[in-house]
Amino acid sequence: MPTKDGARLEVRKTYKLYIGGAFPRSESGRAYAVNNTKGKFLANASQASRKDARDAVVAARKAFGGWSGKTAYNRGQILYRIAEVMEGRHEQFSAEVAASEGLSISKARAAVDASIDRWVWYAGWADKLAQIVGSSNPVAGPYFDFSLPEATGIVAVLAPQESSLLGLTSVIAPAIVSGNTVVAVSSFERPLPAITLGEVMATSDLPGGVVNLLTGSASEIGPWLASHMDVNAIDLCGISDPDEARDLEAASAENLKRVRRPAVEDWSESPGLSRMTQYLELKTVWHPIGV
Amino acid sequence: MSRFEYAPALESRAIVDIKSSYGLFINGAFTEATDGKPFKTISPASEEVLAEVSEAGPADVDKAVRAARRAFDKVWGPMAGRDRAKYLYRIARLIQERARELAVLESLDNGKPIRESRDVDIPLVAAHFFYYAGWADKLEYAGAGDDPQPWGVAGQVIPWNFPLLMLAWKIAPALAAGNTVVLKPAETTPLTALAFAEICQQADLPPGVVNIVTGAGRTGQALVEHPDVNKVAFTGSTAVGRAIAKSVAGTDKAVTLELGGKAANIVFEDAPIDQTIEGIVNGIFFNQGHVCCAGSRLLVQESVYDEVLGRLKRRMESLRVGDPLDKNTDIGAINSAAQLAKIRELSQVGEDEGSERWSPECELPAQGFWFPPTVFTGVSQAHRIAREEIFGPVLSVLTFRTPAEAVEKANNTPFGLSAGIWTEKGSRILWMANQLRAGVVWANTFNRFDPTSPFGGYKESGYGREGGRHGLEAYLAH
Repeated sequence: MPTKDGARLEVRKTYKLYIGGAFPRSESGRAYAVNNTKGKFLANASQASRKDARDAVVAARKAFGGWSGKTAYNRGQILYRIAEVMEGRHEQFSAEVAASEGLSISKARAAVDASIDRWVWYAGWADKLAQIVGSSNPVAGPYFDFSLPEATGIVAVLAPQESSLLGLTSVIAPAIVSGNTVVAVSSFERPLPAITLGEVMATSDLPGGVVNLLTGSASEIGPWLASHMDVNAIDLCGISDPDEARDLEAASAENLKRVRRPAVEDWSESPGLSRMTQYLELKTVWHPIGV
Repeated sequence: MSRFEYAPALESRAIVDIKSSYGLFINGAFTEATDGKPFKTISPASEEVLAEVSEAGPADVDKAVRAARRAFDKVWGPMAGRDRAKYLYRIARLIQERARELAVLESLDNGKPIRESRDVDIPLVAAHFFYYAGWADKLEYAGAGDDPQPWGVAGQVIPWNFPLLMLAWKIAPALAAGNTVVLKPAETTPLTALAFAEICQQADLPPGVVNIVTGAGRTGQALVEHPDVNKVAFTGSTAVGRAIAKSVAGTDKAVTLELGGKAANIVFEDAPIDQTIEGIVNGIFFNQGHVCCAGSRLLVQESVYDEVLGRLKRRMESLRVGDPLDKNTDIGAINSAAQLAKIRELSQVGEDEGSERWSPECELPAQGFWFPPTVFTGVSQAHRIAREEIFGPVLSVLTFRTPAEAVEKANNTPFGLSAGIWTEKGSRILWMANQLRAGVVWANTFNRFDPTSPFGGYKESGYGREGGRHGLEAYLAH
């Protein structure tokens, strides 16, 4: 039925999870209402469960070999492609960020600009990181010895609660640029830009499972990711309660996860290397020299 | 095979002067412990008591941390890097000057062959201090930003397998970066750390920069949990590493952990056979197998299995087990009764689970803790001797057909510290090195160490690196 003034009735989007390159609803059947900062209903989001988190880890593990095995040049191109496709959806992201974060449209546009630029910045790191953090080691003997960075594996990310797109981008991009795969729990109250980012990823040649996005509660899903024995690292930046962060870090110790503790972050600042190096292993290879 | 007869060639003990008892080294002086009981350190080769050592309780640890904090605030932190470097160079030289004494002391207290303490451990100790000395005035080039800062007080806990070398791996980069240190040596091997305390005195190192607190797990726990420790560094078992990772949760402490391993040593059919056999032996019998990166899982390509096993056993028959101070000795004493019990237990499990056990005929001394070099064949990936770290001279042998299968089996472990590859094919070496999830990969060699070469694990073998620029970064806040 057309509206009273004859304008076209919009087709609304269903926001679902992004797991293994597909967009399923939560297996739990749960959803929750997402409102803007003034309390007006925006959409229903799927509320991811423990099972969804575990499915996402399986998808991330399956994707890890292929993604970490790609050439760095190829990974860089795919990250750059994400920026390209985001650019085409600039208006959509701006509207979602404005509604989610209560920003003016111009401030929301600036946040989207910064997010796109951040993907471009990280894309360029793909084939430079090894030259910056690797080394050739002059050992005292007839051996060739060098050290190279490699991806840690699966990184669980409890994404920032406030910055729905720039924050999310700033924690996912540095993890995947080196070949890690990610299971991210988005901001609970501001999840919509995350799913739209998933739609960008699904159409940017990023293999399914490299990034898995769960909307829902980090407090509910976090403990299952922290104690998951096939997750190699965890970023706790979306957790503000110190006791909760401590418990998640303690649970992460079970398989010696690499833990990034929560800290006060200004996402508009230049990121530096630390979020990339946090999820790298260093491999040192020796071989004798002789005739 | 008949064995060569050797005349014993004993290194003299006269060069070491062990005191009957030692205090704790706090704020530049040896002091009595206030709240712990003294304990004895013995020679594992003879069970002879070498000295009585103080156990540091929480109050002593607190005293040591306060001394380290004072030294950090007043002396070491503000000191020019150039001068920190000179102290570290002094220490490196003093170690070289006292190298023979330290080697004998290490072999006495630890049980390792003098050939290894003299030719491997102590030279590497001096090299580590020499290497990191040079970093002290070049920190802005270490990759931690233009103005890198030390963490403050480092609490360090080290194992008994390479007592002085692990001390060097911990203390040299910490001091170069400008931190001060409280270090706890292992309960069974405190003597070279206490000799190092004397070396700090001889170097006129300012009081409190290095503090040595002896003791067991309780002492280590008090140190790691001390609220004024900024940086924790631990080398030891994965179980203790996990407990430390839990205990620092929710704090601001920086942590590096170098934990257990179950390295695959992978032999392809085209491997250079003589070097490979030496590499297998070095991989698992070096230091009685008390090596976290030991090549304890031998993966042999099926086509050369019989030849490799035959030659390995023949080589093992010529290994000499005995007095650590005899220069002929290849395999010394197991470090402690507790460790011997653990090796025996896991070896029994190996037999009970159906693997075939083999050791060369070898006479073991009546006194002390000894275990013969041992090979298990018919081992499956599910067997405990293929999964758990034995930390002794015990090798588990598995087979594979294809490179992909070798990778699959090698990576099928929660550990990821090291791996070995034996093949003449260069492209295969690099492919394998890429696939193996381990922090150190030795190709056509094994168990090589160097201060410039980063060392450390993937997965449950811990995090952070020791050695090289990366080892320095672990002691810089960034």
